[in-house]
Amino acid sequence: MKYRTVAVTTAATLAATALLTGCGSSDDTGDEQAASGPASLTYWAWAPGLDKVADIWNKGPGKEAGITVTVKKQASGDDLVTKIITAAKANKAPDLVQAEYQTLPTLVSNDVLADISEEAGDAKSQFADGIWQQTTLGSDALYALPQDSGPLMFYYRQDLFKQYGLTVPTTWEEFAETARALKKKAPDKDLTTFSSNDSGLFAGLSQQAGAKWWTTGDDKWKVAIDDPATQKVADFWGGLVKEGAIDNQPMYTPAWNKALNTGKQVAWVSAVWAPGTLTTAAPETKGKWAMAPLPQWTAGENVTGSWGGSSTAVTNDSKNKKAAATFAKWLNTDPAALAALVKEGGIYPAATAAQTGGALSQAPDYFSNQPDFYTEAAKIAQGTAPASWGPNVNVAYTAFKDNFAQAAKNKSDFGTALTAMQDATVSDLKKQGFGVSE
Amino acid sequence: MTRAPRRRPYGVKSAPYAFLVPATVLFLLFFALPIGYALYLSFRRTEVKGLGLGKGARDEIWAGLANYTDALSDSELLHGALRILGYGAIVVPVMLGLALLFALLLDTEQVRLRGFTRLAIFLPYAIPGVIAALMWGFLYLPDVSPFLYLADRVGLPQPDLLDGGPLYLSLANIAVWGGTGFNMIVIYTSLRAIPVEIFEAARLDGCSQLQIALRIKIPMVAPSLILTFFFSIIATLQVFSEPTTLKPLTNSLSTTWSPLMKVYQDAFVNNDIYAAAAQAVIIALATLALSFGFLKAANSRTKQGDSR
Repeated sequence: MKYRTVAVTTAATLAATALLTGCGSSDDTGDEQAASGPASLTYWAWAPGLDKVADIWNKGPGKEAGITVTVKKQASGDDLVTKIITAAKANKAPDLVQAEYQTLPTLVSNDVLADISEEAGDAKSQFADGIWQQTTLGSDALYALPQDSGPLMFYYRQDLFKQYGLTVPTTWEEFAETARALKKKAPDKDLTTFSSNDSGLFAGLSQQAGAKWWTTGDDKWKVAIDDPATQKVADFWGGLVKEGAIDNQPMYTPAWNKALNTGKQVAWVSAVWAPGTLTTAAPETKGKWAMAPLPQWTAGENVTGSWGGSSTAVTNDSKNKKAAATFAKWLNTDPAALAALVKEGGIYPAATAAQTGGALSQAPDYFSNQPDFYTEAAKIAQGTAPASWGPNVNVAYTAFKDNFAQAAKNKSDFGTALTAMQDATVSDLKKQGFGVSE
Repeated sequence: MTRAPRRRPYGVKSAPYAFLVPATVLFLLFFALPIGYALYLSFRRTEVKGLGLGKGARDEIWAGLANYTDALSDSELLHGALRILGYGAIVVPVMLGLALLFALLLDTEQVRLRGFTRLAIFLPYAIPGVIAALMWGFLYLPDVSPFLYLADRVGLPQPDLLDGGPLYLSLANIAVWGGTGFNMIVIYTSLRAIPVEIFEAARLDGCSQLQIALRIKIPMVAPSLILTFFFSIIATLQVFSEPTTLKPLTNSLSTTWSPLMKVYQDAFVNNDIYAAAAQAVIIALATLALSFGFLKAANSRTKQGDSR
């Protein structure tokens, strides 16, 4: 019996070892390649089709410059941040990483990202200020080049709006009226839902209202998650949930897909990448949706926030920082590269020139009924409010999910949830030793 | 003829140690070392200066017991522990009760299609926990759930299966569905190992099937019951994949619903491996104390029974 236990343990351990070495070796190959060529770079990314874009580089400009790029598919989001930081601790981070804007301060604070202002700082003019500033963190350094952006918009079912005699809201006040009017005419339908499972949307809506969640001054961070602007947004959505004008269930569930597909929910506040999501979530309603600018807090304005969007950054572990920066610049400013990114990756480029014409001259297939989709989108994108991120966005986002889930479920005060989010964020910063100004 | 020279004594003595070397090395490398490292990490923390941007702004320093006091005073960890106790109070008795019942039924002589039934009950165990949770998640969600659809058709109330009390039942149901088969096999195997003569004797003495089951079979499989109980307690304390899979579907499951989810959250989302290490150590100690405490209690009872 004892012996058998030992044998089983040994076998299990061996299997685990094999697994571990299996994982390890796949990571190592990148480094070996880096050593073999003049400049061979590894690039951790998750956007679909990036490998094909890298192929264009490897066959064209990269061949001339002697720089080869290998794309390694990774998970996105928080997982990738942890992975990159862990790899950097072992001095094994890849040369290039795809990083969401809100993760940049965390990565910089862990000393993962290199300052590439010398190599790529001249690309500033090709991007909107609000986006560029997210990659400099308000300093003279440049930690990444913007790749894609996600300006917020209002998506709605054109046919159902007509059927229920609703007009497209241009202000948030009208939005609330529309939600109530729909509830009156069709009690089993909802205009939309307040979802607690994606903090990015709430962050974008707050940016539109003028929130700046993290700012620096005097060598200290100032956290203003519960500032009046965000309070206003939280109260607005909390009010709608409380009176039952909109649903309170999370997005991205089978139930949500069904609600969109069957017209139980008739609108969605989302970003420019929504057509891709709708294609899979609500395939049967293709051609019935339309896009409009996000409702405004003050009538007549053109302000929007961002939901998502990512950048290309060079790591401190890279032995070929210059080559990596050259590739990052090509990838995000060269017309051919941007066209390929749009075509293969389905992204909405951050570079202003690429937002109209070229690959984006045609509306997405799902929105073939709205031929000027991208012309409209570019107009909306011009009003993108700047976002300001701090070194513990992950903590704030987790606090959002937990506290707003409770508040949405109980239909209780969203302001309390917001205060809890602020407190969790500040106390985490203090715990880590950051300078925090009250 | 002279006797062959006797083997040198140390050769014989050292042989067992030589056989032990592979296992010991593997144990040290892949068990003791990681645990030791986790312990070490649990006494460390990062210290950031000023804005914490750029080089040298972040140091790893000695934290003393700070991570432990933080974890123990964190109400979320305690609440998580209470939640899984509630969950375990449903899962363990129901799962083991069903497993015992099925094992006893399979062991009766009249049963037909024994092999097929055994396999059918065991099969859910072969389905990975995440897949099972996803599948049940679909079945629970209002709007896509066939149960709620039927309830609606018949005019019954449609409880939200992913909220409040029903949430615990829903989660427990996934564990029971997946785990009953395995425990049944363990108990059934030990039932088959009971010598037939005992049953013959019991029958001659006029025992009915039910009496045989209650008075002979159950006491004789008590050790397997203890074993399955032991496994179930550990599995309950470590519940992670089911609530994590169901979490995106509902507002009622927080990111720190179970203690292990909190560890995961701190380590891989909040990027604080030090706090996560301390919590992991606490959970490991609690698991150890609970499971061995139970084993000890069970053993002393069995011994008392023997001496009687």
